[in-house]
Amino acid sequence: MTAPILSVADLRVWFGHPPDRVDAVRGVDLGVSRGESFGLVGESGSGKSTVLRAIAGLSPDWSGRIEVAGESLSGARRSAAFHRRVQMVFQDPYASLHPRHTVDRVLAETLTLQGMDDIDRRIVRLLDDVGLGRGFRFRYPHQLSGGQRQRVAIARALAGEPELLLLDEPTSALDVSVQAEILNLLTDLRADRGLTYLMVSHDLAVIGHLCQRLAVMQAGGIVDRLDVADLRAGRSGSDYTRHLIAASQYQRA
Amino acid sequence: MSDVSLRDWLLTDAPQTRRQARLGAFYQGWLVFRSNHLALLGLVILVLLVGTAIFAPWIAPQSPFAQDLADRLQPPSAEHWLGTDALGRDILSRLIWGSRITLFIVGTVALISPLIGLLIGTVAGFAGGWVDQVLMRITDIFLAFPKLILALAFVAALGPSVTNAVLALALTGWPPYARLARAETLTIRNADFIAAARMQGASAPRLLILHIWPLCLSSLIVRVALDMAGIILSAAGLGFLGLGAQPPAPEWGAMISDGRTYILDHWWVAAMPGIAIFLVSLAFNFLGDGLRDVLDPKGAGE
Repeated sequence: MTAPILSVADLRVWFGHPPDRVDAVRGVDLGVSRGESFGLVGESGSGKSTVLRAIAGLSPDWSGRIEVAGESLSGARRSAAFHRRVQMVFQDPYASLHPRHTVDRVLAETLTLQGMDDIDRRIVRLLDDVGLGRGFRFRYPHQLSGGQRQRVAIARALAGEPELLLLDEPTSALDVSVQAEILNLLTDLRADRGLTYLMVSHDLAVIGHLCQRLAVMQAGGIVDRLDVADLRAGRSGSDYTRHLIAASQYQRA
Repeated sequence: MSDVSLRDWLLTDAPQTRRQARLGAFYQGWLVFRSNHLALLGLVILVLLVGTAIFAPWIAPQSPFAQDLADRLQPPSAEHWLGTDALGRDILSRLIWGSRITLFIVGTVALISPLIGLLIGTVAGFAGGWVDQVLMRITDIFLAFPKLILALAFVAALGPSVTNAVLALALTGWPPYARLARAETLTIRNADFIAAARMQGASAPRLLILHIWPLCLSSLIVRVALDMAGIILSAAGLGFLGLGAQPPAPEWGAMISDGRTYILDHWWVAAMPGIAIFLVSLAFNFLGDGLRDVLDPKGAGE
């Protein structure tokens, strides 16, 4: 195993001030190696998305230690190097694209911000990479389907050629056939570009498809860690995980 | 390009260039706007108003200042379509020249106040914390005064003139826009697309100007169009009180004020500028209604 690109130690995240303070994450430790695909599973409110948002700099109140490629992070400020290295794909493709910006504008702005040159050619290539033809280039989000929007969001995340992608339930807002398309796209992109994924999902099947290792979260803490072979075989040390696996199998039956 | 294919070109789902995408979005808005007949009527009236203002020297049958005391207070006739006022000036000519003053007032106020409001409101909503508190308390202070009284105080301090009336109206008109812009910003600032832009390293001014302003602008434009009637009436009110345009300038509010003395015996002196103010106010209200159909983000897209 290579050096971890992301390491998180004793991460605690909270919202609000006492007496209304809510502790969303209570002491999480994680290590993700370069090139790996790591999953975080848990039910709603288990704090899995909050872990991602804290890493991304979108949740300002946290304590503990987060390191990305040796760079130690603090608060909600992130360096240009961080933005270059880490990108995020959001859960709801209907909310993650600016309603008044065309696909072209979204990608052009991103490329400019990332300091890329040759923007015109790169936009065309990005659209090809995520399986959207150049016919989609000048469309507004309302002219796109959910799956197409998520492809645009993925293209945007890839524009700066990041190393680590934070995936916040990238398929849960899509219907099943489109889910499969997006998952296959993510798998292909990872293989092509040597990306590292940290993916959050409540869906064990999705995690099983995309990830090699996973951690199970409950009530703000990690209750179990296992790899995909264990998951498939249903081997698990924790009651909660067995319960989750059983529930997901029941769902599909 | 034939008519049908131009329409298809504009309405296509897969525009080929930036320009086509923009024109297509514009054309779609126009289609929505066109289906609202009252809004179209409002637009026509306003286009006529602008035309009148531009071509005033050629349209006006007489000079707005030419007095003829032998002909004073004449009812509408073939010679003076809308009659003459107390000094024998042709009311139609004065109305036509007055449209310039009205447009100047409305245009300037509609440019300044929403801009101040947009800036203060979005900065307050986006920055949050103490910045928000300070800016919103200032807004509250301005809101606590009746608008016209505050404008009166400004004009009294600066001296009566059209420019000062405009300034006073603009400086007292921004707080509702600031409120509106702040409310819009609060709903947008935590949206995923803002978070995504932040993740790309977009700076706060960039997020504010390129991402948040375009979304606040549409509701502001609608609000301004609907408030236009109020601005015209406030300007006319200031004119009526003698604090706006000074005689002999043919400002519509001042014309009503002049006609007040004769209102029982010579109704047209006050009624004609009144009708003009009414028509233009109504036109702006219709236009605002139509613009809301086009621009309201809740109705569009999705």
